[in-house]
Amino acid sequence: MKYKSQQVAWWFFTLSVILLVLQIVYGFIMAFAHMGFDVLHDIIPFNAATATHKNLLVVWILSGFMGAAYYIIPEEAEHELISVPLAKLQFWSLAIVGVVAVAGFHMNWWEGRKFLEIPRPLDYLVVLNVLLFLYLILMTLFKGKKQTTTALVLSMGLLFAALLYLPGMIWFDSQTMDSFFRWWVVHLWVEGVWELIMGGILAFLLIKLTGVDREVIEKWLYVIVGLTFISGILGTGHHYYYIGTPRYWLLIGGIFSAMEPLAFLGMALFAINMYRKGEKRHPNKIALYWTLGTAIMSFVGAGLLGVAHTLPQVNLWTHGTFVTAMHGHMAFWGAYGMLVLAIISYSMPLMTGRKMYTKEGANYAFWLSNIGMVGMVTAFAAAGVTQVYLERKVGMDFIEAQQAMAIHFYVLVGAATLFTIGVTMFIVNYFKYGRPTEEALEPA
Amino acid sequence: MLSKNQARTFFFAGTIISFLVFLGLTWHTLAREVPEQTNAKNITESVIRGKKIFDSNNCMGCHTIFGEGAYYAPELTKAYQRKGEAYIKTVLTVKTPWAPRGRKMVAYGMSEQDAADVIAFLKWAGEVDLNGFPPEPDLQSKVPAPSSSQ
Repeated sequence: MKYKSQQVAWWFFTLSVILLVLQIVYGFIMAFAHMGFDVLHDIIPFNAATATHKNLLVVWILSGFMGAAYYIIPEEAEHELISVPLAKLQFWSLAIVGVVAVAGFHMNWWEGRKFLEIPRPLDYLVVLNVLLFLYLILMTLFKGKKQTTTALVLSMGLLFAALLYLPGMIWFDSQTMDSFFRWWVVHLWVEGVWELIMGGILAFLLIKLTGVDREVIEKWLYVIVGLTFISGILGTGHHYYYIGTPRYWLLIGGIFSAMEPLAFLGMALFAINMYRKGEKRHPNKIALYWTLGTAIMSFVGAGLLGVAHTLPQVNLWTHGTFVTAMHGHMAFWGAYGMLVLAIISYSMPLMTGRKMYTKEGANYAFWLSNIGMVGMVTAFAAAGVTQVYLERKVGMDFIEAQQAMAIHFYVLVGAATLFTIGVTMFIVNYFKYGRPTEEALEPA
Repeated sequence: MLSKNQARTFFFAGTIISFLVFLGLTWHTLAREVPEQTNAKNITESVIRGKKIFDSNNCMGCHTIFGEGAYYAPELTKAYQRKGEAYIKTVLTVKTPWAPRGRKMVAYGMSEQDAADVIAFLKWAGEVDLNGFPPEPDLQSKVPAPSSSQ
């Protein structure tokens, strides 16, 4: 670690891992409800559990991105963060808004819009919070000695992510219009600007971990984020097949969605090639595992499993079934969850001066969580395909089909247990690192 | 071999062109097509109130509508046409949890007016042209009926 202000990232990473644990708890509540054990219904009905599960995901990933930006931008710009107290204020306001939102979900205070359940008054606070965050990041970059491509791509991703939050705050009387713009936020985030953020963080990690020349890595970074936008922007069309929008979206969405895996394939090949070119001298092998892992799992989860059901002929049957959950889980884990764990694994030894990556637990955390996730996704796939055939193709009653699928949720819970053991080991290791220290600062 | 400048141009040009095409299509979709395809003239005050009730209770947190939401409770797009007004009204106004085959729904105990508004919203939703969604079961006729002798 070169700049003291980079330590502020620790607060955001800590919030991230705590929210990840809570997200998993709510996931179990939902899985048990699907198995027929909806025992918490009176306190946490299913819609409260799902809103909490999804929003905790968004907030822990965003908190991870913010931590990553606070760590990366000073180092790339070669300048201390312009204000650490303001960054801490931004942290606490984020944490408080998050807690109020989650508490609100349990008291019927929300909006029924998937992934954007946070009620409108809190949306305004989120906007203020993000404006403060962007001010700190962009001013640090502006005042810095260098404006590297990696820093610019990361900052552009964060800026666009903030701008794209706004269409989700407009009220529409029509469910079709509401859904249309909800996807401007959700799709253009996860299959657009978040990939820019991902590209920026990945490029930073590859530069540091492989020792490959920055110019080479950053050139390919441009190509990959270019592919992301060319396929991802018009790929939004795959959400416009069946919501009351014209049929031409079936063609546009189909074609551009089929191209979306290219960006992820590019990302995976890029990471693997840079690793092969590199010196392989960096001692933090676990950070490298997570870095290569995120590139590969995002290609499988977001790229391949995405295109598996975005062709209109397939999506007509799978739309609104567990096939979507199959894709969603591995896509979010592969592209964004693992990425946040990668930057945490890389930066924690440098912030604290402790080399916990040599511990066996760090290794098991990686493998168990990933094997668990593959098992979970397989269970979702089995449930989804069963649902499509029984309910959609054969016309079985919804609840009867759900009961026939219940067995797959037992498998899901088994795999999720493995996943949870892996994540727990990661978090135990995280807390063993302790707080960042001044001694960890590299001499200037 | 591709230079960094060329790569940068590819990124910016590709992004800007894609976004402009997307904006153009968005305008065409929303201004020219959606009002007719969704029968916008039928979005009455009652439908709007119904949507607000639907949103503020996070119905999408268990159900799907237009195929969007959670997968814990039935798809509601054609609920009005499938189940009829009386059934839906009972589900919405009942004071004890509705629990078909043990799967519980929150007991909303809605007023007559609120239930009527939600029903108006669901009726409107069921009449939107969704390009063939939800599809009719195409394998239903091929499944042999269970033998009655067993």
